Amino acid sequence: MSESVLNSDKAMGRSPAESHSPKGDGMRGFMSSSRSDYLLVAVFAAAILTMPIWLAPIGAGYPDILQKFAIFGIFALGFNILFGFSGYLSFGHAAFLGTGSYAAVWMFKLLSMNALIAVGFAIIVAGVFALLIGYVSLRRSGIYFSILTLAFAQMSYNLAYSVLTPITNGETGLQISRSDPRIIDNFFGADAHRLRVPDFFGIELQGWPGFYFCAVLLILAFFLTLRIRNSTFGLMLFAIKSNQNRMNYTGFSTRPYLLAAFVISGMYAGLAGGLLAVTDPLAGADRMQWTASGEVVLMTILGGVGTLLGPVIGAAVMKYLEQIFSSFNEGVLHRTFDFLTPELQDIMVTITSPFVGEGWQLTLGLMFMLVVIFLPGGIMEGIRRISRGLRRDRRDDAAPPAHAGH
Amino acid sequence: MTSEILTIKGVSKRFGGLRALDDVNLNVRQGSVHAIIGPNGAGKSTLLNCLVGRIIPDEGSVTFDGGSLLGHKPHQINQAGIARVFQTPEIFGELSVLENVMIPAFAKRDGAFRINAWRRARERGAVREEAEHILEDLNLSDQRDQIVNSMSRGDKRRLELAMCLVQHPKLLLLDEPTAGMSRADTNNTVDLLKKIAERGITKVIIEHDMHVVFSLAETVSVMAQGTVIAEGSPEEIKASAKVQEAYLGGAHL
Ligand SMILES: Nc1ncnc2c1ncn2[C@@H]1O[C@H](COP(=O)(O)OP(=O)(O)O)[C@@H](O)[C@H]1O
Ligand SMILES: [Mg+2]
Repeated sequence: MSESVLNSDKAMGRSPAESHSPKGDGMRGFMSSSRSDYLLVAVFAAAILTMPIWLAPIGAGYPDILQKFAIFGIFALGFNILFGFSGYLSFGHAAFLGTGSYAAVWMFKLLSMNALIAVGFAIIVAGVFALLIGYVSLRRSGIYFSILTLAFAQMSYNLAYSVLTPITNGETGLQISRSDPRIIDNFFGADAHRLRVPDFFGIELQGWPGFYFCAVLLILAFFLTLRIRNSTFGLMLFAIKSNQNRMNYTGFSTRPYLLAAFVISGMYAGLAGGLLAVTDPLAGADRMQWTASGEVVLMTILGGVGTLLGPVIGAAVMKYLEQIFSSFNEGVLHRTFDFLTPELQDIMVTITSPFVGEGWQLTLGLMFMLVVIFLPGGIMEGIRRISRGLRRDRRDDAAPPAHAGH
Repeated sequence: MTSEILTIKGVSKRFGGLRALDDVNLNVRQGSVHAIIGPNGAGKSTLLNCLVGRIIPDEGSVTFDGGSLLGHKPHQINQAGIARVFQTPEIFGELSVLENVMIPAFAKRDGAFRINAWRRARERGAVREEAEHILEDLNLSDQRDQIVNSMSRGDKRRLELAMCLVQHPKLLLLDEPTAGMSRADTNNTVDLLKKIAERGITKVIIEHDMHVVFSLAETVSVMAQGTVIAEGSPEEIKASAKVQEAYLGGAHL
């Protein structure tokens, strides 16, 4: 039952022994109390907002990378609503990410540099787009559904480069410029032709403000996800994942439920895409490419499919590794191994260099394989195992062996 | 109580060269318990599949409660009042027992689709109460919070029955509800089915166990090779030479 670390069993009025009954799949908090939910959100919010402090020791205490954690955390959270809750694996979610970015930049160009307007529009446009793609793709399930979403995303990617150039500005990408109309800003007499950065009612969203803007939206997105998971709607999604046939024979029309989940998760992706544009007002078609769709799948699996925290953690871990390993070069490697003799140094550098820099995805692939083989439930399963182990130890210390049978 | 709730007329279904159903005619009276017996492969489950929209017959008509069932989707058929217990339990293995029963109750209450996103199911007092009530009836209360996958086979069957009963269907289809059960479990199930018979739910039950059939059913249809070869009261069926030959030959009666 518990999201282990954070969701206290006691708050739910169960003894630890009960919570170790087969109920503890760690996936759902459907029957959890609201009190433990608010506690979870509070702890989550505190952890996210203090990331600049506690992630500083591992070299991630700067806004650029932290806002990536937050943005891709949102992306993965939304993806997990579809994949993790209802079991439908979309391979085309980057299409909504890209759509969100384009929509946001268009708002910067046409209306205002206010980030809220841009992000709101990004969510709406991505939602409408998801409605269209979802409506068609959900006529199939399983692998055929995945292929359909992939096909649509690749189509969008190609369209962005070709016929849609007037909207997307093709290969150059969509940018803001001095000559943009920016109607609202100009109406309020803002310095019309100065190029500005996106702002939040006067606060320029660069550096730390940019991170905190994304972080607050991540917290809201997390809260919303929690509410969805614990709602009747969420229960229906889990039931569809568990046995879609039974759902049909039980009187449910499953497709509208799935479509709702698809659209919601597309809107999360749109929000993430919009935020990418807020932190850097530029949108390109490569954001829609299938590799980007694959990335969010990996993040979710890495963190733990169907769990609440897993996708956020998976996204952060992946973005962190990308940052670290892709910045390594031979010079850094030589310095890393400079405690060795020069010959050994050369050998080590030769061995490790394919795994860093451009080749960091090799490292990612290896790590992904290890996780899938040894921790199929992702990082969250690892955390759960550890905390269960700890709890058992504690109980063994405290209680007589009569309890050991549980 | 002589009106018919279900009328099957001239239903046929082929799978490739196999005539799984061959001109089946069957009438089920409102409020009755109607048993279908017959050897393996006779087409009994296939007939039920035609009733719930899993397969569409090649020919014939199926009328339920005054309207045709053919061409309707499984969820529409359920919403019209037909619930089915499958030969191999179709349940939500990863969810808890209580959730398994609440889901069909939601379907009954809210219809085929409703987002009602913000309400927590546990706060939906009425639905939860109803589900707990049924669980109590079926002696599953103790396992309320258990994950279904970890239950015994017999308990899973009882759970599926609970999932159907919570919907108060007009017609309940039971596909070998006691198959693979121990004698004791079988007797429990028979008692249970007798108990729910008092609620006036019409039932069609496929069963191999003659003891079960003859203690429950008012009408028995015998199927063999895709057709109904005999129909009558349990006594008539027991006495019929044709049935003895086709099916009951070596059976313990
Ligand atoms: N979906 C299907 N595709 C092909 N053959 C089927 C299908 N369903 C049932 N059959 C065949 O139809 C015949 C009747 O099966 P069934 O209705 O399950 O018999 P039973 O009376 O034992 O329930 C069997 O020969 C079975 O193999
Ligand atoms: Mg059968």
